[in-house]
Amino acid sequence: MMLHEDSILAVPVAAHDHIQGNTHAVVTLVEYGDFQCPACGMAYPLVKQLQHRYAGNLRFVFRHFPLSQAHPYAQMAAELAEAAAVEGQFWAMHDWLYENQPDWAPYGGAGLEAGVRALGLDAQALAATLRSPDIDAHIRRDFMGGVRSGVNGTPSFYVNGYLYQGDFDTLVHSIGRVIARQP
Amino acid sequence: MTILAAGTAAPEFTLHSTPDQTVALKEFRGRNVILAFYPADWSPVCSDQLALYNELLDEFARLNAQLLAISVDGVWSHAALARERKYHFPLLSDFEPKGEVARAYGVYDAKGGIAGRALFVLDGDGVIRWSYLSPMGVNPGAAGIIKALEALPSNNVQKALPADAAQEAA
Repeated sequence: MMLHEDSILAVPVAAHDHIQGNTHAVVTLVEYGDFQCPACGMAYPLVKQLQHRYAGNLRFVFRHFPLSQAHPYAQMAAELAEAAAVEGQFWAMHDWLYENQPDWAPYGGAGLEAGVRALGLDAQALAATLRSPDIDAHIRRDFMGGVRSGVNGTPSFYVNGYLYQGDFDTLVHSIGRVIARQP
Repeated sequence: MTILAAGTAAPEFTLHSTPDQTVALKEFRGRNVILAFYPADWSPVCSDQLALYNELLDEFARLNAQLLAISVDGVWSHAALARERKYHFPLLSDFEPKGEVARAYGVYDAKGGIAGRALFVLDGDGVIRWSYLSPMGVNPGAAGIIKALEALPSNNVQKALPADAAQEAA
Protein backbone atom coordinates (compact mmCIF):
# COMPACT_ATOMS: atom_id res chain seq x y z
CA MET A 1 0.00 0.00 0.00
CA MET A 2 1.24 3.45 -0.87
CA LEU A 3 1.33 5.78 2.11
CA HIS A 4 1.83 9.24 0.76
CA GLU A 5 0.57 12.60 1.95
CA ASP A 6 -1.38 12.99 -1.28
CA SER A 7 -3.34 9.78 -0.71
CA ILE A 8 -5.00 10.56 2.62
CA LEU A 9 -8.70 11.36 2.81
CA ALA A 10 -8.72 15.16 2.81
CA VAL A 11 -12.38 15.60 3.79
CA PRO A 12 -13.44 13.74 6.95
CA VAL A 13 -16.71 11.83 6.93
CA ALA A 14 -19.47 14.20 8.06
CA ALA A 15 -23.22 14.43 8.47
CA HIS A 16 -23.85 15.50 4.86
CA ASP A 17 -22.27 12.27 3.58
CA HIS A 18 -24.22 9.22 2.48
CA ILE A 19 -23.45 6.71 5.22
CA GLN A 20 -24.49 3.11 5.84
CA GLY A 21 -23.69 1.20 9.00
CA ASN A 22 -22.62 1.70 12.54
CA THR A 23 -21.21 5.14 13.46
CA HIS A 24 -18.80 3.42 15.86
CA ALA A 25 -17.64 0.78 13.39
CA VAL A 26 -13.97 -0.20 13.54
CA VAL A 27 -13.54 0.36 9.82
CA THR A 28 -14.87 3.20 7.70
CA LEU A 29 -14.75 2.42 4.00
CA VAL A 30 -15.19 5.44 1.73
CA GLU A 31 -15.82 4.87 -1.96
CA TYR A 32 -15.40 7.55 -4.60
CA GLY A 33 -17.55 6.19 -7.39
CA ASP A 34 -19.14 6.93 -10.75
CA PHE A 35 -22.53 5.32 -11.50
CA GLN A 36 -21.70 4.74 -15.17
CA CYS A 37 -18.23 3.32 -14.54
CA PRO A 38 -18.14 -0.42 -15.31
CA ALA A 39 -15.42 -1.06 -12.71
CA CYS A 40 -17.64 0.57 -10.06
CA GLY A 41 -20.48 -1.65 -11.26
CA MET A 42 -18.26 -4.69 -10.72
CA ALA A 43 -17.22 -3.46 -7.27
CA TYR A 44 -20.84 -2.91 -6.19
CA PRO A 45 -21.74 -6.53 -5.26
CA LEU A 46 -18.32 -6.95 -3.64
CA VAL A 47 -18.97 -3.98 -1.36
CA LYS A 48 -22.36 -5.51 -0.50
CA GLN A 49 -20.59 -8.76 0.44
CA LEU A 50 -18.16 -6.83 2.62
CA GLN A 51 -21.03 -5.06 4.38
CA HIS A 52 -22.75 -8.39 4.97
CA ARG A 53 -19.57 -10.10 6.17
CA TYR A 54 -18.37 -7.40 8.56
CA ALA A 55 -21.80 -6.02 9.51
CA GLY A 56 -21.50 -3.80 12.61
CA ASN A 57 -17.74 -3.49 12.21
CA LEU A 58 -17.98 -1.69 8.88
CA ARG A 59 -19.31 1.75 8.04
CA PHE A 60 -19.65 2.50 4.30
CA VAL A 61 -19.66 5.97 2.76
CA PHE A 62 -20.32 6.77 -0.90
CA ARG A 63 -19.05 9.96 -2.52
CA HIS A 64 -19.54 11.08 -6.11
CA PHE A 65 -16.70 11.06 -8.58
CA PRO A 66 -18.32 11.26 -12.03
CA LEU A 67 -15.84 11.14 -14.91
CA SER A 68 -18.19 13.00 -17.22
CA GLN A 69 -16.01 13.04 -20.32
CA ALA A 70 -15.49 9.28 -20.20
CA HIS A 71 -19.04 8.50 -19.05
CA PRO A 72 -21.54 10.95 -20.54
CA TYR A 73 -24.43 10.04 -18.19
CA ALA A 74 -22.43 9.73 -14.97
CA GLN A 75 -23.17 13.29 -13.88
CA MET A 76 -26.90 12.89 -14.65
CA ALA A 77 -26.99 9.67 -12.65
CA ALA A 78 -25.22 11.34 -9.72
CA GLU A 79 -27.74 14.20 -9.82
CA LEU A 80 -30.60 11.69 -9.85
CA ALA A 81 -29.16 9.93 -6.80
CA GLU A 82 -28.87 13.27 -5.00
CA ALA A 83 -32.44 14.19 -5.90
CA ALA A 84 -33.59 10.80 -4.62
CA ALA A 85 -31.62 11.53 -1.42
CA VAL A 86 -33.90 14.50 -0.78
CA GLU A 87 -36.74 11.93 -0.62
CA GLY A 88 -34.68 9.70 1.66
CA GLN A 89 -34.01 7.30 -1.21
CA PHE A 90 -30.30 7.77 -1.88
CA TRP A 91 -29.28 4.18 -1.18
CA ALA A 92 -32.24 2.75 -3.06
CA MET A 93 -31.21 4.78 -6.11
CA HIS A 94 -27.51 3.99 -5.62
CA ASP A 95 -28.37 0.28 -5.62
CA TRP A 96 -30.72 0.56 -8.59
CA LEU A 97 -28.14 2.45 -10.67
CA TYR A 98 -25.47 -0.21 -10.12
CA GLU A 99 -27.78 -3.21 -10.35
CA ASN A 100 -29.19 -1.99 -13.65
CA GLN A 101 -26.14 -0.24 -15.09
CA PRO A 102 -26.03 -2.10 -18.43
CA ASP A 103 -29.74 -1.40 -18.97
CA TRP A 104 -29.76 2.37 -18.48
CA ALA A 105 -26.20 3.43 -19.31
CA PRO A 106 -26.61 3.33 -23.12
CA TYR A 107 -29.84 5.37 -23.00
CA GLY A 108 -29.07 8.34 -20.73
CA GLY A 109 -32.10 10.25 -19.47
CA ALA A 110 -34.60 7.80 -20.96
CA GLY A 111 -32.78 4.91 -19.31
CA LEU A 112 -32.68 6.67 -15.95
CA GLU A 113 -36.44 7.27 -16.00
CA ALA A 114 -36.83 3.55 -15.38
CA GLY A 115 -35.10 4.08 -12.04
CA VAL A 116 -37.51 6.85 -11.10
CA ARG A 117 -40.42 4.50 -11.86
CA ALA A 118 -38.82 1.51 -10.13
CA LEU A 119 -38.44 3.49 -6.90
CA GLY A 120 -41.93 4.97 -7.19
CA LEU A 121 -40.58 8.53 -7.00
CA ASP A 122 -42.75 11.48 -7.99
CA ALA A 123 -41.27 12.55 -11.33
CA GLN A 124 -42.50 16.15 -11.07
CA ALA A 125 -41.17 16.70 -7.56
CA LEU A 126 -37.89 15.11 -8.64
CA ALA A 127 -37.58 17.43 -11.65
CA ALA A 128 -38.01 20.42 -9.34
CA THR A 129 -35.39 19.08 -6.94
CA LEU A 130 -32.96 18.51 -9.81
CA ARG A 131 -33.00 22.25 -10.53
CA SER A 132 -31.63 23.04 -7.07
CA PRO A 133 -28.02 24.27 -7.13
CA ASP A 134 -27.43 22.24 -3.93
CA ILE A 135 -27.41 19.05 -6.00
CA ASP A 136 -24.53 20.16 -8.21
CA ALA A 137 -22.74 21.71 -5.25
CA HIS A 138 -22.79 18.39 -3.37
CA ILE A 139 -21.41 16.47 -6.35
CA ARG A 140 -18.73 19.08 -7.03
CA ARG A 141 -17.71 19.14 -3.37
CA ASP A 142 -17.39 15.36 -3.37
CA PHE A 143 -15.39 15.44 -6.60
CA MET A 144 -12.88 18.11 -5.58
CA GLY A 145 -12.51 16.58 -2.11
CA GLY A 146 -11.66 13.35 -3.90
CA VAL A 147 -9.11 15.04 -6.13
CA ARG A 148 -7.43 16.55 -3.07
CA SER A 149 -7.43 13.12 -1.42
CA GLY A 150 -5.56 11.60 -4.35
CA VAL A 151 -8.45 9.83 -6.07
CA ASN A 152 -6.90 8.62 -9.31
CA GLY A 153 -9.72 6.73 -10.97
CA THR A 154 -12.97 5.02 -10.15
CA PRO A 155 -13.70 3.33 -7.90
CA SER A 156 -11.22 4.62 -5.30
CA PHE A 157 -11.50 3.21 -1.79
CA TYR A 158 -10.25 4.67 1.49
CA VAL A 159 -9.87 2.41 4.50
CA ASN A 160 -9.92 4.49 7.69
CA GLY A 161 -8.74 7.49 5.70
CA TYR A 162 -6.01 5.92 3.57
CA LEU A 163 -6.29 5.39 -0.17
CA TYR A 164 -6.22 1.70 -0.92
CA GLN A 165 -4.15 0.78 -4.01
CA GLY A 166 -4.63 -2.82 -4.90
CA ASP A 167 -7.12 -5.45 -5.97
CA PHE A 168 -10.38 -6.14 -4.21
CA ASP A 169 -9.29 -9.41 -2.56
CA THR A 170 -6.43 -7.65 -0.82
CA LEU A 171 -8.80 -4.88 0.23
CA VAL A 172 -11.01 -7.49 1.90
CA HIS A 173 -8.02 -8.97 3.73
CA SER A 174 -6.76 -5.59 4.88
CA ILE A 175 -10.20 -4.69 6.27
CA GLY A 176 -10.36 -8.09 7.94
CA ARG A 177 -6.96 -7.54 9.56
CA VAL A 178 -7.95 -4.14 10.96
CA ILE A 179 -11.10 -5.67 12.46
CA ALA A 180 -9.25 -8.72 13.85
CA ARG A 181 -6.76 -6.44 15.63
CA GLN A 182 -9.55 -4.96 17.74
CA PRO A 183 -9.83 -6.22 21.35
CA MET B 1 18.74 9.09 -14.44
CA THR B 2 17.29 11.52 -11.90
CA ILE B 3 14.12 13.51 -12.29
CA LEU B 4 14.71 17.25 -12.57
CA ALA B 5 13.98 18.93 -9.26
CA ALA B 6 12.20 22.11 -8.22
CA GLY B 7 14.24 25.23 -8.96
CA THR B 8 15.62 23.89 -12.26
CA ALA B 9 14.90 25.71 -15.53
CA ALA B 10 12.60 23.48 -17.57
CA PRO B 11 14.36 22.21 -20.72
CA GLU B 12 12.80 23.71 -23.85
CA PHE B 13 11.18 21.44 -26.43
CA THR B 14 9.08 21.51 -29.55
CA LEU B 15 6.98 18.39 -30.18
CA HIS B 16 4.25 17.36 -32.57
CA SER B 17 0.72 17.46 -31.16
CA THR B 18 -0.88 16.41 -34.47
CA PRO B 19 0.63 15.28 -37.79
CA ASP B 20 0.91 18.91 -38.96
CA GLN B 21 1.10 20.93 -35.73
CA THR B 22 3.81 21.40 -33.16
CA VAL B 23 3.75 22.79 -29.63
CA ALA B 24 6.75 24.60 -28.14
CA LEU B 25 7.08 24.95 -24.38
CA LYS B 26 8.11 28.60 -24.73
CA GLU B 27 4.67 29.45 -26.18
CA PHE B 28 3.34 29.17 -22.62
CA ARG B 29 5.64 31.71 -20.93
CA GLY B 30 3.53 33.78 -18.58
CA ARG B 31 1.27 30.83 -17.79
CA ASN B 32 1.84 27.89 -15.50
CA VAL B 33 2.34 24.55 -17.20
CA ILE B 34 1.65 21.01 -16.04
CA LEU B 35 3.77 18.41 -17.84
CA ALA B 36 2.38 14.90 -17.48
CA PHE B 37 4.72 12.25 -18.87
CA TYR B 38 2.97 8.89 -19.17
CA PRO B 39 4.09 5.46 -20.39
CA ALA B 40 1.62 4.66 -23.15
CA ASP B 41 -1.62 5.51 -24.91
CA TRP B 42 -4.61 3.19 -24.42
CA SER B 43 -4.43 2.20 -20.77
CA PRO B 44 -7.79 1.09 -19.28
CA VAL B 45 -10.16 4.00 -18.95
CA CYS B 46 -11.62 3.79 -15.43
CA SER B 47 -8.17 4.01 -13.91
CA ASP B 48 -6.82 6.37 -16.56
CA GLN B 49 -4.72 9.22 -15.24
CA LEU B 50 -5.43 11.40 -18.27
CA ALA B 51 -9.20 10.87 -17.97
CA LEU B 52 -8.96 12.36 -14.48
CA TYR B 53 -6.97 15.38 -15.70
CA ASN B 54 -9.48 15.82 -18.53
CA GLU B 55 -12.14 16.42 -15.85
CA LEU B 56 -9.94 19.02 -14.16
CA LEU B 57 -9.20 21.38 -17.05
CA ASP B 58 -11.46 24.11 -15.61
CA GLU B 59 -9.68 23.75 -12.28
CA PHE B 60 -6.27 23.98 -13.97
CA ALA B 61 -7.43 27.03 -15.97
CA ARG B 62 -8.56 28.69 -12.74
CA LEU B 63 -4.99 28.21 -11.51
CA ASN B 64 -3.69 29.71 -14.79
CA ALA B 65 -2.21 26.40 -15.88
CA GLN B 66 -2.02 24.59 -19.21
CA LEU B 67 -1.77 20.79 -19.22
CA LEU B 68 0.58 19.13 -21.73
CA ALA B 69 0.69 15.32 -21.76
CA ILE B 70 3.72 13.60 -23.26
CA SER B 71 4.45 10.01 -24.28
CA VAL B 72 6.63 8.31 -26.87
CA ASP B 73 3.57 7.22 -28.89
CA GLY B 74 3.18 8.53 -32.43
CA VAL B 75 0.87 11.35 -33.49
CA TRP B 76 -1.71 9.04 -35.09
CA SER B 77 -2.08 7.03 -31.91
CA HIS B 78 -2.43 10.28 -29.96
CA ALA B 79 -5.05 11.57 -32.39
CA ALA B 80 -7.12 8.40 -32.11
CA LEU B 81 -6.83 8.35 -28.33
CA ALA B 82 -7.82 12.01 -27.96
CA ARG B 83 -10.86 11.46 -30.17
CA GLU B 84 -11.95 8.25 -28.43
CA ARG B 85 -11.50 9.59 -24.90
CA LYS B 86 -12.63 13.17 -25.66
CA TYR B 87 -9.43 14.71 -24.30
CA HIS B 88 -9.40 18.49 -24.52
CA PHE B 89 -5.67 19.10 -24.05
CA PRO B 90 -2.59 18.45 -26.21
CA LEU B 91 -0.98 15.01 -26.34
CA LEU B 92 2.62 15.53 -27.40
CA SER B 93 4.62 12.93 -29.24
CA ASP B 94 8.17 12.40 -27.92
CA PHE B 95 8.74 10.09 -30.85
CA GLU B 96 11.84 11.14 -32.79
CA PRO B 97 14.46 11.03 -31.46
CA LYS B 98 12.49 8.70 -29.24
CA GLY B 99 12.16 9.85 -25.65
CA GLU B 100 14.54 12.80 -26.08
CA VAL B 101 12.37 15.16 -24.01
CA ALA B 102 11.69 12.53 -21.34
CA ARG B 103 15.47 12.03 -21.09
CA ALA B 104 16.02 15.79 -20.76
CA TYR B 105 13.64 15.80 -17.78
CA GLY B 106 15.27 12.70 -16.30
CA VAL B 107 12.19 10.49 -16.55
CA TYR B 108 12.96 8.15 -19.48
CA ASP B 109 12.74 4.44 -18.75
CA ALA B 110 15.39 3.14 -21.14
CA LYS B 111 14.68 -0.50 -20.31
CA GLY B 112 11.02 -0.23 -21.25
CA GLY B 113 11.61 2.33 -24.00
CA ILE B 114 8.88 4.54 -22.52
CA ALA B 115 8.45 7.70 -20.51
CA GLY B 116 8.05 7.21 -16.79
CA ARG B 117 4.88 8.37 -15.05
CA ALA B 118 6.16 11.79 -14.04
CA LEU B 119 4.61 15.15 -13.23
CA PHE B 120 6.08 18.64 -13.38
CA VAL B 121 4.55 21.97 -12.46
CA LEU B 122 6.28 24.91 -14.17
CA ASP B 123 5.73 28.57 -13.32
CA GLY B 124 5.24 31.39 -15.82
CA ASP B 125 9.00 31.87 -16.11
CA GLY B 126 9.53 28.29 -17.20
CA VAL B 127 11.06 27.16 -13.91
CA ILE B 128 10.16 23.78 -12.43
CA ARG B 129 8.36 24.38 -9.12
CA TRP B 130 7.38 20.79 -8.32
CA SER B 131 8.19 17.38 -9.75
CA TYR B 132 7.14 13.85 -8.91
CA LEU B 133 8.02 10.47 -10.38
CA SER B 134 5.34 7.89 -9.64
CA PRO B 135 6.03 4.15 -9.55
CA MET B 136 5.21 2.97 -13.09
CA GLY B 137 2.05 1.08 -12.17
CA VAL B 138 0.68 3.72 -9.81
CA ASN B 139 -1.57 6.46 -11.11
CA PRO B 140 -0.52 9.53 -9.09
CA GLY B 141 -3.86 11.33 -9.27
CA ALA B 142 -3.98 15.12 -9.19
CA ALA B 143 -3.67 16.10 -5.53
CA GLY B 144 0.03 16.93 -5.87
CA ILE B 145 -0.54 19.04 -8.99
CA ILE B 146 -3.32 21.07 -7.39
CA LYS B 147 -1.28 21.68 -4.24
CA ALA B 148 1.78 22.71 -6.25
CA LEU B 149 -0.24 25.11 -8.39
CA GLU B 150 -1.90 26.66 -5.35
CA ALA B 151 1.48 27.13 -3.71
CA LEU B 152 2.76 29.29 -6.59
CA PRO B 153 3.05 32.95 -5.53
CA SER B 154 1.01 33.94 -8.58
CA ASN B 155 -1.88 31.79 -7.33
CA ASN B 156 -2.71 33.47 -4.04
CA VAL B 157 -4.29 30.71 -1.98
CA GLN B 158 -7.27 32.70 -0.70
CA LYS B 159 -8.08 33.76 -4.24
CA ALA B 160 -7.55 30.26 -5.56
CA LEU B 161 -9.79 28.36 -3.15
CA PRO B 162 -13.22 27.60 -4.56
CA ALA B 163 -16.00 29.50 -2.80
CA ASP B 164 -17.27 26.50 -0.82
CA ALA B 165 -13.79 25.46 0.36
CA ALA B 166 -13.01 29.04 1.39
CA GLN B 167 -16.19 29.03 3.46
CA GLU B 168 -15.25 25.77 5.14
CA ALA B 169 -11.77 27.10 5.86
CA ALA B 170 -13.14 30.29 7.44
